[in-house]
Amino acid sequence: MIEIASLCKRYGSFTAVRSLDLVVSAGELFGFLGPNGAGKTTTMRMIAGILQPTSGSVKIAGHDVRTNPLEAKRALGFIPDRPFIYEKLTGMEFLRFAAGLYGEHGAEVDRRGMELLALFDLDNWRDELVESYSHGMRQKLIIASAFIHRPPVIVVDEPMVGLDPKSAKILKELFREYTKRGHTVMMSTHTLEIAEGMCDRIGIMQRGELVACGTMEQLRGATGNDDALEDIFLRLTGDNVARELVEVLNA
Amino acid sequence: MREPGALVGAWQLLAPKWQMARHRVRKHQPGDLRRSVVVGALGVAFWAAVFVISLKLLRYFRSAEDIGDLLAGKLLSMILLSFMSILLLSNTIAALSNFFLARDLDQLAAAPVKPWALYRARLAETAMHSSWMVALLLLPLIAAFGTAYRGGFVFPLFALLVFVPFLCIPAAAGSAVTLLLVNVFPARRTRDLLSVITALAVCGLVVLFRAARPEQLARPEGFQNFMQFIAALDAPSSPWLPSEWVSDALMNFLQGSASWEPLARLWGTTALLVAIGGSLHARGWARGFSQAQEGASRRTVPGSKQPLLERLLSPLNPTRRQLVLKELRVFARDSTQWSQLVMLAVLLVVYVANVRYLPLSGEGMTALLRNVIPFLNLALAGFVLASIAARFVFPSVSLEGRALWLLRSSPFSMRDLLWAKFWVGAVPLLVLALILVGATNMMLGVRTFVHIVSLAAIVAMVFPLTAMALSYGTFYPQFDSENAAQIPTSFGGLLFMMSGIVLIGAVAYLTGRPAARFLVAEHFGWARDPVTMVLPFVVALVLCIAATVAPLMMARRRLDGLERG
Repeated sequence: MIEIASLCKRYGSFTAVRSLDLVVSAGELFGFLGPNGAGKTTTMRMIAGILQPTSGSVKIAGHDVRTNPLEAKRALGFIPDRPFIYEKLTGMEFLRFAAGLYGEHGAEVDRRGMELLALFDLDNWRDELVESYSHGMRQKLIIASAFIHRPPVIVVDEPMVGLDPKSAKILKELFREYTKRGHTVMMSTHTLEIAEGMCDRIGIMQRGELVACGTMEQLRGATGNDDALEDIFLRLTGDNVARELVEVLNA
Repeated sequence: MREPGALVGAWQLLAPKWQMARHRVRKHQPGDLRRSVVVGALGVAFWAAVFVISLKLLRYFRSAEDIGDLLAGKLLSMILLSFMSILLLSNTIAALSNFFLARDLDQLAAAPVKPWALYRARLAETAMHSSWMVALLLLPLIAAFGTAYRGGFVFPLFALLVFVPFLCIPAAAGSAVTLLLVNVFPARRTRDLLSVITALAVCGLVVLFRAARPEQLARPEGFQNFMQFIAALDAPSSPWLPSEWVSDALMNFLQGSASWEPLARLWGTTALLVAIGGSLHARGWARGFSQAQEGASRRTVPGSKQPLLERLLSPLNPTRRQLVLKELRVFARDSTQWSQLVMLAVLLVVYVANVRYLPLSGEGMTALLRNVIPFLNLALAGFVLASIAARFVFPSVSLEGRALWLLRSSPFSMRDLLWAKFWVGAVPLLVLALILVGATNMMLGVRTFVHIVSLAAIVAMVFPLTAMALSYGTFYPQFDSENAAQIPTSFGGLLFMMSGIVLIGAVAYLTGRPAARFLVAEHFGWARDPVTMVLPFVVALVLCIAATVAPLMMARRRLDGLERG
């Protein structure tokens, strides 16, 4: 599980994340929403230990990322929004390397790598260099690399971008199955239908703050309307889009 | 298989790099063989030349009794001192990229990698990236020492034992300096950091060179007696510098005396610096890496006032103005470009400082010689300009890379794009050329005639060099490359440098030779006719104009082809 307490991140005078408190339990699929620049990616990078918080703490599976980083990271699979893959490695080599970072190697890693590649229709590409992969194929390889060491917690930033419908469906099922087995998934997305259909709970960030958090029912209850997630999201993050649009077009 | 508690080691972190290198070697592309042959032949020719010249010099030194070995040792320690300062600077800059800016660090930072393993892996990469060129340059020189002194088969092994710590020391020191600087700078702006590194490097270099006082040795008459000269040769430039230890170890070995003490110093210092660096890394890397990512945000200060540069460029049409502004902004905000500028600034200071300290006032040093040196300087300055054009102008078209769709789909002529790239490259080169030649001319105290001819010649060289760099860069683009520093090391970059050297040689010959002959004739009171200089000067001018216009026209046609393709 993920426990975030009073998490804060400042860049000079700009506050990207403002005193965030959040617990994502074991077996939960948590959707993390918010407009561009709301602080989602900064939060996720702090969870992964890539960025250091200005204050506050993050615990993964009970281990503090700051004081016990190795144990915390061992329990985590992180998929960034703009992942880097070594262009001159083959898909299988990259998976072996990713597993090696978590101290795993040998025939078991190869078997699991093949299974994951087959799951995402990449098995015929296993020995091709990553430079020849399309954007979607790279995304699938990165997702496979996050699952290769079977971490109890997965944190994933915008996983559906670039995926074909079949792969998107597989990924949704994979996340559901994973959480059913007691693992935790925290996912940021801009596709509100996906968040509404998949996630157990949804958190909405706005200007570095968590402005709403709960199940769909709880969110509807909080806004007082029987709305879809899109309406709730727009109400919480500013619904003057249509007016501004007309003003811009008339300008 | 999972080993309980097992964590990834430095070798595993380096594994992708080896695998990628293997794939690169295996994957052949059309023209690879031709490139390998050209590069290999040039490399062998260069090595052979360095080896032969060094061997001749060393044999000449050895023929001088008493001082021959001392001179050889002094020469070696001075060369090593220069290399060490270059290594220290390039390691400091490479460490910034390898430890804090590399794109694969996100994955490593999110994985349970022990700091010590990450430190060793990145240190090895930093040392490799920064040292390979110096190591290749050292090879023929050290081979010449081994041959001249008959070092035998054991000498190469001993040299390896000496040079491994010599290359590791600047890497460990440079990466520790970078780590401290990245942690100290609160605003985390790469440019601020690099300007500090530049200042430190320039100060360090000037101090090192002044400590060595190389010009003294070229003027034995400056010493009161021969014994004092010998004593100056025998005294180490600084007993605390690793370059001195390497020189001592090698010379002791070659002369058959004990060399274990400098060797122990080298390895002991390496171990100590790596231990200190590893300890600093464990304490400060996570914080520094986090801060390094914050540097990308909020660089510019918003304001309602139109920036000065935009106002200066307002006479240009909007397309050209925007293209020039884009070129300047992208350049100014690219940290890889800036790190190269740091190197450049240091090299320029060394260049000008070397001319400043040339022994030009001693006996036998005539006004004639002082006035002829600028024409030799012309070729050297031209080479410096060609190197800078290769580094900054040649990659210009390649760097459009992924934004090429925007240029292709926009309604403007490729002529405008080339115009912007040409002038953005040519104007700074022009300023640099005037400073390089003007400053050295003033230090030499040359006559007005020499001043005018050398300045005119270097100005005339700037335009064809810029045009050729741009044109070769258009014909041999590397659109997939993200690191501008690597683009000039391609085959096209090599061809540009070769063509550039031919042009520089031709212009320096066509302008320098008749002017120098005129000066010699005047000096000795021989008959002289200034009209004989007109023809070679006109030929040089025509050559420069042709070498500017033709490459630009070819580049334009090529870019138009890309647009249609």
